[in-house]
Amino acid sequence: MNPVIPIQTDRGCQEAPVLRERGQREVFCGLTGIIWLHRKMQDAFFLVVGSRTCAHLIQSAAGVMIFAEPRFATAILDERDLAGLADAQDELDRVVQRLLERRPDIRMLFLVGSCPSEVIKLDLSRAAARLSQRHAPRVRVLNYSGSGIETTFTQGEDACLAALVPSLPAQPPEAAGHAPELLVVGALADVVEDQFRRQFDAMGLQRVDFFPARSSTTLPAIGPQTRFLLAQPFLGDTARALEARGARHVPAPFPLGAEGSAAWLQAGAAAMGLDRDRTAEVIEPWRQRAGRALETHRLRLAGQRVFFFPDSQLEIPLARFLSRELGMQLVEVGTPYLHRSHLAEELALLPSGTALSEGQDVERQLDRCRAARPDLVVCGLGLANPLEAEGLTTKWSIELVFTPIHGFDQAADLAALFTRPLLRRQRLAA
Amino acid sequence: MQLTLWTYEGPPHVGAMRVATAMREVHYVLHAPQGDTYADLLFTMIERRQERPPVTYTTFQARDLGGDTAQLFKDAVKQAYDRFRPQAMLVGASCTAELIQDDPGGLAAALDLPVPVVPLELPAYQRKENWGAAETFYQLVRALVVKPGTRRERGALPRCNVLGPTALGFRHRDDLREITQLLGQLGIEINVVAPWQATPGDLARLADADFNVVLYPEVAQTAAAWLSRQLGQPFTTVIPIGARATEDFIQEVCGLAGVCGHAGADAEANANAAAAASAAPLLQLDAVRAASRSPWYARSVDANYLTGKRVFVFGDATHAIAAARVATQEFGFELVGLGSYSREFGRELRAAAAQYGLEALITDDYLEVEAALTAAAPELVLGTQMERHMAKRLGVPCAVISAPVHVQDFPARHAPQMGFEGANVLFDTWVHPLMMGLEEHLLGMFRGDFEFHADAMPSHLGHAARPIPVPVATPIAAQGAEGVPMATAPSASVPAGVPSARGTIEVTPRTAPWAADAEQELRKIPFFVRAKARRNTEAYARSRQLPLITLETLYDAKAHFSS
Repeated sequence: MNPVIPIQTDRGCQEAPVLRERGQREVFCGLTGIIWLHRKMQDAFFLVVGSRTCAHLIQSAAGVMIFAEPRFATAILDERDLAGLADAQDELDRVVQRLLERRPDIRMLFLVGSCPSEVIKLDLSRAAARLSQRHAPRVRVLNYSGSGIETTFTQGEDACLAALVPSLPAQPPEAAGHAPELLVVGALADVVEDQFRRQFDAMGLQRVDFFPARSSTTLPAIGPQTRFLLAQPFLGDTARALEARGARHVPAPFPLGAEGSAAWLQAGAAAMGLDRDRTAEVIEPWRQRAGRALETHRLRLAGQRVFFFPDSQLEIPLARFLSRELGMQLVEVGTPYLHRSHLAEELALLPSGTALSEGQDVERQLDRCRAARPDLVVCGLGLANPLEAEGLTTKWSIELVFTPIHGFDQAADLAALFTRPLLRRQRLAA
Repeated sequence: MQLTLWTYEGPPHVGAMRVATAMREVHYVLHAPQGDTYADLLFTMIERRQERPPVTYTTFQARDLGGDTAQLFKDAVKQAYDRFRPQAMLVGASCTAELIQDDPGGLAAALDLPVPVVPLELPAYQRKENWGAAETFYQLVRALVVKPGTRRERGALPRCNVLGPTALGFRHRDDLREITQLLGQLGIEINVVAPWQATPGDLARLADADFNVVLYPEVAQTAAAWLSRQLGQPFTTVIPIGARATEDFIQEVCGLAGVCGHAGADAEANANAAAAASAAPLLQLDAVRAASRSPWYARSVDANYLTGKRVFVFGDATHAIAAARVATQEFGFELVGLGSYSREFGRELRAAAAQYGLEALITDDYLEVEAALTAAAPELVLGTQMERHMAKRLGVPCAVISAPVHVQDFPARHAPQMGFEGANVLFDTWVHPLMMGLEEHLLGMFRGDFEFHADAMPSHLGHAARPIPVPVATPIAAQGAEGVPMATAPSASVPAGVPSARGTIEVTPRTAPWAADAEQELRKIPFFVRAKARRNTEAYARSRQLPLITLETLYDAKAHFSS
């Protein structure tokens, strides 16, 4: 433990009041999750059923940078589809047929619902079941909603994984009496996944699986013996779906920073019955190495004031990391949605008195931000350049979802994401 | 439903945003679900604007649908007015809000705001981005123009409006600078530029001009036509992209302005136009023409090898038609395909294509464009960001001539497409991706080089040799007619007309097999024309019903097609 951090006797922010706001929300919808999920699950294809806006969104958010055959597309609704529902189902069959002919390598197809398809109540789950039957066994067809009216940004991953849970194979019955298995839930960068696998192995845990898997043919089995550890804070529905199949949630802080990673690994090991002191011993060298790597960043960041706009639900764990391990001061921590029970451990670690906000009224939040003049603002791309032009330094938040940030060996990389804009401002000013 | 891998245009409300964002003192309240604020980053990231677009979104969520979304919208309009105090407001719905039918126009009118509120009806399931921009601009002009009681008297100097440039327009910023300068050199005063940087007050003054210069018909045609009907302002029809079109544009503008009589077009470029210089503006114009380097560059011997290069053009109608003319008349390329996603300009496009003996490809279906591009087997693609995807897949050089574009096509440097400097930019941009002359010659002579081989990228682009798999003719048994035969291809095989991997340039139906030596000889033809040679040979073999393509067939076909 770093000696500079005051030991807190209170319960952090667990009972702190949260400012709940409603108004204009400057956030992505859940469709955006497709941008990283299509790379993680390499034999899956994401077909959005929506409007031109949906197609334009994914394309602007990611697609225009990707000069290759994408593993996502949009079935754009037109007037004829709005006229009658029966016709829409036939149309969908036709589109899927054409798609599967073009991409014979697809093994799993997600029909992704959008605002228009939700509002006209197009039954995509029925379509998925029908298409699954038609294209079995080559392709499995699932559905989830990534619509803006129901999901915010990373919640798209939650909805996708939750839809996938029912199709996970059941653990064989003979496993019932056996030792429990650990399941790590949440899409992680491949390098991070490999590190965690090695680390669990070194601690003496071989029975560790990751969800989602890199291929639809290697999905992990699940059952009452499964203990699952969330790697991401935005997986409320997925956790519920896993619990419905008998798996049990292991509460832990999220593996961001040296402290978070250590607590997370230990919680996983403890849930599998490993000795705490023994695992602490194994973890210690990794933790120290991460701590050393963080030192230079701490010199830059300590005392700097940071303001979080809501985006991904990663804000609270990130704020905990920045305040406890890098000495930053938290002006306001905004999150699109606060899942109290999954974040209980995190909230306990936040300095008490931290201003938390859930939801958004972007104009009012901007007023608060301008009034506070923080040293660093974490916000989306729609706000970043305008705030820079006003003289504030920003860190665009989407990068935190697209970069390997979890685990000990990424702790310094994560810190560097926050030091870089400050350093850059300094350099360009000189 | 339409299967869409990439879309050429956004929804119509994005067009409305482009107009609102281009202007000042206008605010747009958009009834839209949470998440549609993604459109902000088109402006803040791709165009790198320093302020947020003047757009307030209602960002309703599922829980709001049970309640009163109409009230939500009214509150948003009221709050937006109180906070931003614009001179005029736009109100409208996005695609999802269109489904819930809250009537933004009526709701906003009920608020009785002290500024003009222009309701936008943008059918999101029928129309697209450019139409949305044109409609928005038209509605604003209609609502705000103040019609003078008497017909305007011509002043000492001819005066025009410049219509069309918007936010997120492909090179609009620099085109505008180029054309403004040109008009100044012609001695023409500019009354209002719109929508770029114009306020509602400026739109009110539109009547105070003799004529309109329409730079982008996709955005400004509707408004210009209305101004012509209502105020008798004629408007320009020539798009000044390319040196020759710029000369024509000058002539047209001078005609409308009545300043320089029948203005002197470049005597060399346009023999029938007599240079009857009358005044100082033309002297200035000569200086401008002197800065026009592209005609000389294209005439210089170094450009000789560009003659007859096969080029495929696709983009919005304005840029595609202009590019086709520049490519053929100014650079000496051969046009093998011309198309556009702008359905609104289908007639113009078909007329233009007919001049080149082609049939225009009018579609917004990425897959259709890909099939046409593949079939045409060009050596250069002039297109949008999407054609870069296709060209990369097929290993064909490509340059961008039209929106949609990404961040690299909003450059920091001055990079117009219009006017004489624009023509210079076009020459550099289009020639750059092609292999340079000497390298091309050497590749035709020596083939076994480990470093400079026909399958490598041009070496001036700085990439290491990139081996490209040798194309093999994949006979496909069941294949539909021409067009898009994908639906009939057996699922196990490669979809027809679409290469399974980079390399297979095309697949032609029921073709005789290639003898090994012929296949070998085909490989000696440089990569960028090999696809065409293969296609011609196979067509030749088919027309004569040859059972096997031999080495001799290859040369027979070569002689046949060159005669």
